[in-house]
Amino acid sequence: MIKIADAFRNGKAFIPFITCGDPTIDMTRKLVKAMVENGADLVELGIPFSDPTAEGPVIQGANLRALSGGVTTDDVFELVRQLREEDGLTVPMVFMTYANVVYHYGTEKFLSKAAEVGMQGLILPDVPFEEKEDFDPACKKYGLELVSLIAPTSHDRIKTIAAEANGFVYCVSSLGVTGMRNTITTDVGAMVKLVKAAKEIPACIGFGISNAETARKMAQSADGVIVGSAIVKLIGQYGEEAVPFVAQFVREIKDALRDL
Amino acid sequence: MSKGRFGIHGGQYIPETLMNAVIELEEAYNHFKNDPDFQAELTELFNNYANRPSNLYFAEKMTQDLGGAKIYLKREDLNHTGAHKINNALGQALLAKKMGKTRLIAETGAGQHGVATATVAAYMGMECDVYMGRVDMERQALNVFRMRLMGARVHGVDSGTATLKDAVSECMREWTNRIADTHYLLGSCMGPHPFPTIVRDFQAVISKEIKEQMLEKEGRLPDVVLACVGGGSNAIGTFYHFIEDKDVQLIGCEAAGRGIDTWETAATINTGSLGIFHGMKSYFCQDQYGQIAPVYSISAGLDYPGIGPEHAWLHDIGRAQYVGITDEEAVRAFEYLSRTEGIIPAIESAHAVAHAIKLAPTMDKDKIMVITLSGRGDKDCAAMARYRGEELYDD
Repeated sequence: MIKIADAFRNGKAFIPFITCGDPTIDMTRKLVKAMVENGADLVELGIPFSDPTAEGPVIQGANLRALSGGVTTDDVFELVRQLREEDGLTVPMVFMTYANVVYHYGTEKFLSKAAEVGMQGLILPDVPFEEKEDFDPACKKYGLELVSLIAPTSHDRIKTIAAEANGFVYCVSSLGVTGMRNTITTDVGAMVKLVKAAKEIPACIGFGISNAETARKMAQSADGVIVGSAIVKLIGQYGEEAVPFVAQFVREIKDALRDL
Repeated sequence: MSKGRFGIHGGQYIPETLMNAVIELEEAYNHFKNDPDFQAELTELFNNYANRPSNLYFAEKMTQDLGGAKIYLKREDLNHTGAHKINNALGQALLAKKMGKTRLIAETGAGQHGVATATVAAYMGMECDVYMGRVDMERQALNVFRMRLMGARVHGVDSGTATLKDAVSECMREWTNRIADTHYLLGSCMGPHPFPTIVRDFQAVISKEIKEQMLEKEGRLPDVVLACVGGGSNAIGTFYHFIEDKDVQLIGCEAAGRGIDTWETAATINTGSLGIFHGMKSYFCQDQYGQIAPVYSISAGLDYPGIGPEHAWLHDIGRAQYVGITDEEAVRAFEYLSRTEGIIPAIESAHAVAHAIKLAPTMDKDKIMVITLSGRGDKDCAAMARYRGEELYDD
């Protein structure tokens, strides 16, 4: 059985994110396979939402392209089924989407399907600790892990959140929305230490990591790094031709993490 | 269940980055709402800056013309800045100032809330950034000018449908970017807790005054109270002190756009379903996959795909009724009130007037109806002329 923990068995984990259906669901399938072949340890699959309030312009654009192409949540479930059954992918995968996509589909129905097609977890950036009761019991029931996020503004909340966290803790590196940044000024190492003091659980850093150098720097104080906008930007730029560019980018990041 | 619930609605569905900010806001609000000095300062601002209390005006000609219930208009349009939005803006800005914040950010649809925020920012010497859908900036160019005149920066939002919902999304994004010195002055009784409660409390001055004025003029409570509903702040302010008075019928008038049986509508209660968006659980116009619908109304202020959680709850328990009013009905009411009473209502408020025109004739003459005129209609004149095929300005 595939577990999120599998992602952390081979050193520092590299976790790429892409928006499903950007530009088409067939391209997403090719991209996920290419990312896994080139070293992705866990894949974060975004289910597009009309109003992604935690995203910067790059991923907003991907959501828009995907929805304009007519992709639905059911198409994404079918994609995952193909990746598992037909392509034989064994890396752990988690969904990243917004509360309404799950809630309006029917939380139970969504999670039972997610488990059935082979997903391991769920990230909902608009569901803080206080609201997780809407989703966590159903996640547990179907064996998915609801990944908790902590932010540079979390301070004393980190202990509370980490103590009940599952899968891994998503450490948001910076204020603001997702997107590429030149520098990350937050003391993410201190955030990770607070997580580890509360619970022995992998901690991964995301938001603003756009190149191998930053990824390596961030991975020195965490168990893994998450990269979204930089990959989505390549997809936006190269469209149907994006596979080799994304593959190379993923390989560069993973290589930068190998000896840590 | 988390805090800030109205039945199953409400809550705090926001990124972790903002959680300490809303907790800090809640703590500050709980402290100051019971602080006599704060309340005295706010009352002083209401009375001497915003021109409160607003009149409760007996619309005699409208009453005679419709031949039914006695109609009163709660004249929020006579407030400084021309709408009810100033009540909430003053309250929240004062609170933000006490919290040591130096910058206000706000979303705006029709521009009335943006103007109110720019006004209080100028008055209190605070920095101000307003986010407004690009489409709305064109529909409400006059209000854009007013905001800039008072020193606010107005940022056009191009994402999504480039209207109110996108302005709210952009404001939330901006708040996660800069929190320490910034208060998000949310303009409606929506969003994450504690906003729906804070906004309602600051707008509740409307129903508090209606009640006092009505008892003074008529010696009794009204039978029906009407207000237009987008997010629902003037409506919740109009309803709040009557919720316990079960004999007072509460009616919210939603923007049906081209009709609740079309896709071009913003009537959330009539066409929406349960969801989680913009920080709250409530009713939203959305598709089967939970994608938020691109709503439509002639009124930029009601052009929102959700409704405040307290309204969703009042609907659930049957305490308030929500009716859809089409563009055409609202425009006719806009023209009707102008002609009949010499009062040009905001196109938003005209939705409430439109329902009154239908309802009043069906009521006995000894019944009393109050319509909240949430704002004045100067800002809408160019758009109303265009609706009737006339261009007021050359391009």
